[in-house]
Amino acid sequence: MARVKVLVLRTAGINCDQETVFAWQQAGAQAELVHVDRLIESPARLTDVQILTIPGGFSYGDDVSAGRILGNQLALHLLEPLRAFLDAGKLLLGICNGFQVLVKAGLLPGPPGGEPTVTLAFNDSSRFEARWVHLHVCTDRCAFLPAGATLRLPVAHAEGKVVVSDDDALADLCRRGQVALRYVDANGGPADYPANPNGSVDGIAGLTDATGQILGLMPHPERFVDPTHDPLWTRSAPSEPDGRILFRSAVARFR
Amino acid sequence: MIPASIDGNRIWQIHVRPKNTALDPLGRQRWNDVRQIPSLAHVKGVSASTLYFVRGPLDRKAADTVGRKLLTDPVAETFTLAEGMAQRDADEVAVEVHHLPGVMDPVAISTADAIAELLGTGAGVDVRTARRYVIDGARDSADLEQIARRVLANECIEAVYIQGFGRHDGLPEVFPAAPEASAEPRTVPLRHLNRDALTALSRQAHLFLSATEMETIRAHFEAVGRDPTDLELETLAQTWSEHCVHKTLKSEVVYRGADFGRDGEVEVRFENLLKDTIAEATRRLNRPWCLSVFEDNAGIVAFDEEYGIAFKVETHNHPSAIEPYGGAATGVGGVIRDIMGCGLGARPIANTDVFCFAPPDFADERLPKGVLHPRRIFKGVVSGVRDYGNRMGIPTVNGAIHFDERYLANPLVFCGCVGLIPRDRIAKAACPGDAIVVAGGRTGRDGIHGATFSSAELTDTHADEFSHAVQIGNAIEEKKVLDAMLRARDHVDGCLYHAVTDCGAGGLSSAVGEMGENTGAAVDLEKVPLKYAGLRYDEIWISEAQERMVFAVPPDKLDTLLAIFREEHVETTVIGRFTGDGMLRVRHKGTTAGELDMHFLHHGLPKSTRRASWQPPAPRHVAPPEQDLGRRLLQTLSGPNVASKEWVVRQYDHEVQGASVVKPLCGPGNGPSDAAVLRPRLDGRRGIVLGCGLALSRADDDPYWMAVAAVDEALRNVVCVGADPARTSILDNFCWGSIDDDYAMGTLVRACVGARDAAVAFGLPFISGKDSLNNQFSQSAEEAQRCGLPQRIMIPGTLLISALGLVEDVTRCVTSDFKETGSVLAVISAPADAVGLAPAARLHAAVARWIAAGHARTVHDVSDGGLAVALAEMCLAGGLGARVSLDEWGSENPAALLFDEPLTTYVVECDEDALAELTVPEEAVTVVGEVTPEPRLVVQAAAVPLIDLPIADLASAWRSLQP
Repeated sequence: MARVKVLVLRTAGINCDQETVFAWQQAGAQAELVHVDRLIESPARLTDVQILTIPGGFSYGDDVSAGRILGNQLALHLLEPLRAFLDAGKLLLGICNGFQVLVKAGLLPGPPGGEPTVTLAFNDSSRFEARWVHLHVCTDRCAFLPAGATLRLPVAHAEGKVVVSDDDALADLCRRGQVALRYVDANGGPADYPANPNGSVDGIAGLTDATGQILGLMPHPERFVDPTHDPLWTRSAPSEPDGRILFRSAVARFR
Repeated sequence: MIPASIDGNRIWQIHVRPKNTALDPLGRQRWNDVRQIPSLAHVKGVSASTLYFVRGPLDRKAADTVGRKLLTDPVAETFTLAEGMAQRDADEVAVEVHHLPGVMDPVAISTADAIAELLGTGAGVDVRTARRYVIDGARDSADLEQIARRVLANECIEAVYIQGFGRHDGLPEVFPAAPEASAEPRTVPLRHLNRDALTALSRQAHLFLSATEMETIRAHFEAVGRDPTDLELETLAQTWSEHCVHKTLKSEVVYRGADFGRDGEVEVRFENLLKDTIAEATRRLNRPWCLSVFEDNAGIVAFDEEYGIAFKVETHNHPSAIEPYGGAATGVGGVIRDIMGCGLGARPIANTDVFCFAPPDFADERLPKGVLHPRRIFKGVVSGVRDYGNRMGIPTVNGAIHFDERYLANPLVFCGCVGLIPRDRIAKAACPGDAIVVAGGRTGRDGIHGATFSSAELTDTHADEFSHAVQIGNAIEEKKVLDAMLRARDHVDGCLYHAVTDCGAGGLSSAVGEMGENTGAAVDLEKVPLKYAGLRYDEIWISEAQERMVFAVPPDKLDTLLAIFREEHVETTVIGRFTGDGMLRVRHKGTTAGELDMHFLHHGLPKSTRRASWQPPAPRHVAPPEQDLGRRLLQTLSGPNVASKEWVVRQYDHEVQGASVVKPLCGPGNGPSDAAVLRPRLDGRRGIVLGCGLALSRADDDPYWMAVAAVDEALRNVVCVGADPARTSILDNFCWGSIDDDYAMGTLVRACVGARDAAVAFGLPFISGKDSLNNQFSQSAEEAQRCGLPQRIMIPGTLLISALGLVEDVTRCVTSDFKETGSVLAVISAPADAVGLAPAARLHAAVARWIAAGHARTVHDVSDGGLAVALAEMCLAGGLGARVSLDEWGSENPAALLFDEPLTTYVVECDEDALAELTVPEEAVTVVGEVTPEPRLVVQAAAVPLIDLPIADLASAWRSLQP
C-alpha cells in the first residue's frame, strides 16, 4: 500500500513546521512542506495528499489577531479546493496557530460562510503561557482522536481562550459532538486555571467539524512524540508518547 | 509609500473595541500595572482599544469591508468607521498612544499587505496603528500624564495624547512625513586641530574616540593629503568603538597588586589582556573539537560528524535601560542574527537569557530622574525577550535573574543563541567580483549610533539624547530572512553565497567593512532600500535598522538567490560589489562619500597601555543572619535571587522545535533545573546541555574568585544533568562600569585571570565572548541626595559564564527532583583545604562519569543559598521530603554548612551502594540523610532539630516573587 501523504503548510512566521513533519514521518507518513503561496498557485497539490496540516507558530506575526491573516488567505483563495479535499474524505489538522487559522477562516466549527460563532481570544492571564495540560477526548467522531482517551500535552500560546457568541452556540457545539478536547485536572475533573491554561469556555481545548475530518487544537501533539519530551520522563518508565497517538490514528485511517 | 498628494487617497479610521471587559485582557493588565504605583492606586479601570488608520484609494464600502473582514473579530469585538484621523468621543477620559514617525510598527506593515490582498486591488495602502486607553477613576490630568508616562507609553518611541479634565491634546490629522535632510557629503577639517580640539570634536559628533585615536586619524589623513568626510569619521568611530573592537580588554596592561588565588604581591605585564587570559586558555587546551573560536560571529564546536554547534551571548544593556521592551527584543534579534551570520549560516535552535535588575520593590520615591522603575524594566525586558524569541520559533531554555540595587539605572540583559550548522558550511570568504547583497528589513533612521552609544556612560538625559539608538524589532521579518537564507545555504547546487554576516552594531559600515577586509568593497548608498525618503547618506551607512543581513554572492548564483528570497517575501538588493583593491569606497548618487584603506580601518587603531592595580578591600560589614535556621531558609527561598522564576519561564516557549529533553522546570513540583538539555537532531539521542554561572556574591570581595566561581558554577550546572566536562566549552561576558582608573582595570584583570585559571584547570575552552563597559549612571548631586544614592552608580563588575556541554545519550540525563523514598542523600564536595583547582577538576570529572554510568537518581548543584536551599528545591520539585543529619560532618557551625556557598559541591540522591562507584577521595563524600515519603524537610545536628518545615511552606516561600 502506498504511503499516506501529508502536506504541512508554511508561511512567514509559521515555526513548528519541522517537528510537525518529523511527527508525521515517525507515524509512517510521507510529509512535505508547502508554502501557502505555492498552494494558492496550484491547489491541485491537494489532490494527491490525504492530510493537510497547518502547524503552530505566529503566521504573519499574529498581527491584527492570531491566525487572522492566514485565515483570510485560506478563505479568499483556498475554500473551494479545501471543500473538495474534505468531500473526498481527507483530513485537515490545525495545531495551535493552525487551530486559530481554521477558526478565523470559518472552517471551524464550520461550515464556512456562515456567521462566526466561535473565536480564540487572549488568555485570561493576558500572557503567553507554556505548560503541560491534561486533556479528555470528548467526541467519538474525530478521525485524529481515540474516543474517551485522556492525554497529556504541552500548550504554548497567548490567544487560546475559546469564546462563543452565546450559550446556544455552545450548546450546538456540544450536541453535535464538535467539542473534541477539554482541559481537565489531573484527576479528570473540570479544570480551573492553570489546568485550564487560558480560561476557555467549558474547558474547550480543541474542536472538530461536523464530519470529524477537521481537528483544531491548542495543545501541541508534535511536542510529545518521544519519551524524553515528557517533563516527568526522568521519574517514570517510558510508554507511547501521547502526541504520537494522534498522528498514528490519522495515518491508520488511510491504511 | 504613497505620497499624500495622490488624488483619491482618503484616510479612514477603524476603531476596534472589545465587546466587554472580560474580552479586554490588555486593559486589565495595564490597570494592574497602574494600580501597583502607590500614587495611582485609586484608578478604577483601564479599557484598551485599537485604532487603525488606513490611507489609500478606498471608498467607504471598501473601508467597511476592511473593518469587518480583517480587523474585527465578530465574536469578541466591534468597530466603528469614520473618515479622518482625529475624530473621537470628546467626553472620554483617555490616553492615546501613537508611534513616533519612523518607529517600526510590524502590525501596520502586515495589515497593509493583508488589506491589499483582501481588496484584491493591488493598490497600495498605508497603515498606522494606535492604542487608546479609556481611564476610569483618574482625578486630574496630572494622573493621566503619570499613567501615560509610567505605564502606557515610552516617549522615546511613542507620542502621547491626553484627553480629559479640560485637556484636549490635538490628535494627528495626517500621516507624518519623515523629516528631509540634506545629502551633500561634508568634509570635516581636522588636519589643523590640536589635541583639545580633536577631543571636543569627538564628543560633539558622538564619536566617543579618545584624543590619541583622533590624533591617529589626523595623522592618517595628513598622509593621505586631505581631510576626512563625515562618513569616513563615522565609519572609523563605529569600527573602533569599544562595542565593536573591545579595545580596553585588548590593551596592553601592567598589573601590580595582590597575587591571583595565592597570598603575596605580583607585577604582571599582559601584551594583550584578552589574548593572554581568555584566548590563552583556549590555546593551551587546544581541543580538536573547537571548530571556530574567536573569529566569527559565534564560536563553533563539533556536535557530530556532520554538524557543529554555534553559540554566542551578547548584551543589550543601554537600549534596555531606555526602552526595555524594544531594547531586549532587539537584543534577542541581534544575537539570533549573529548565529544566522556565523559561518555560512547556522539554524538557531535555542536561546538563553540572563538579566540583572534592581529589586522590583524599589521605593518609588527614590527613583532618580531619567530612570525607569525596575519593575517596569523587568516586565518590559521579559516581554521583549518573549515576543521576539517566541515569534522566531526558538525555544528559550536557560537563564538566570540576579537582583542588586546597583543595576537600577544600568540593567544588564544578556541574550544568547545556539545554532546548528553543517560542518561543511563553516568556512566563508567574500571574493572579488561578488555582489554585495543586503536582505531583509528596510533601512531607516532607527538605531543610529547604537555602537557608540553603548560605549557611553548613561545620564539622566540619555533617553532624549539617544532615543534614535532605540529600536523596535520585527521578528517575522527576521524569520523570513532565516527561511530564505537556509534555502540558499542548502541549495542543490551548493551554497549560493560565499559569505554572510549580520547588520548589527555599526550597520552596513561594519558589515561591509568586515566582509571586505581582505578584498575591498564599493557601495552605492542610493541603492539601499529605505523605509522613507530623506535619509542622509551617512545615516544609511551607519543605521542599525533591524533584521538585515549582508551576503557576498557570486554573479552566476545571483539570480537563483534573488528568486528564492523573492519567494519568501524578503526584499533583497544589490548595493555594490567586493573589489580587489583593498579600499572601502562608498558613493552616494555617483558622488564619493568616503574612501578608506581597509588596512587602516581594521589595523590602524592605536594600541593603548593601561595600568592596573588591586588590593583586597576591607572586610564588608554584613548584617548578622537570622538565628532560627528554619526562618532563615524561608527568607532565603523567598529572596528574589533564589525565588522561583516560573512567572518568567512560562512566558517563554521552551519546547518549540520539539528538541526539549530537560526543561527549565522539573519534577511534579516544578523545581528549578540546573541546566537545559536539547536533542538538536530529532532522530538522534545525542544532546547538548546549556548552563550558566554568575557568582555575584563574590563580586565585591575579589573578582578573581568571582570568575573562578562563575566557571565552576557553569560547569556544575551542566554536569548536574549529565554533560561530559571533557566536551564542554564556555563563553565569557564581561559587564563592567567605566574603566577609568587603575583600580577598575585591576578588577577586570583579576576577573580575566580567574576565568583563565578555572578554564585551564577544568579543561573548558572559551569559544566566544563579549564585553560591555561603561555600565554606570551619573546624576546631579542634589538628585543623588534626594534619592539617597551615589552620584555615580556603578554596577558591580559582572562576569557571566555560559556553558555548552555535550551528552552522548540523553536518556542518561538526570534532573534535580527527589525521586524515590528511602534513597541515600550525599554531598559531594572538593575538600575545602585542597590547594589549587586540580582536586576540583577531578571531582567534576568523577561526578560526570558516575552520572553517565547511570548511578545517580537525582543531582543538584549547591549555589545561591547553599545546601539548605538545594535540599529545599529538591524536595519541592519532587514532592518528597528529606531527613538530614549534619553529624557525619562534625557540626560546630551548622549555619555555615547549610547556608555557605562553597565551590564544587553537588547533592546527590542514589542507592547506597552506588556511592561506592564514585571515584573520588573518601573525604569528598558525606552521607547526610535520606529521602522520605512525608513531605517535610527535617535537618538536625547532634540530635538538635535545626529545620523542620513542610514542603508546602518551602514551596510557597519559593514562589513569592511576582513583579
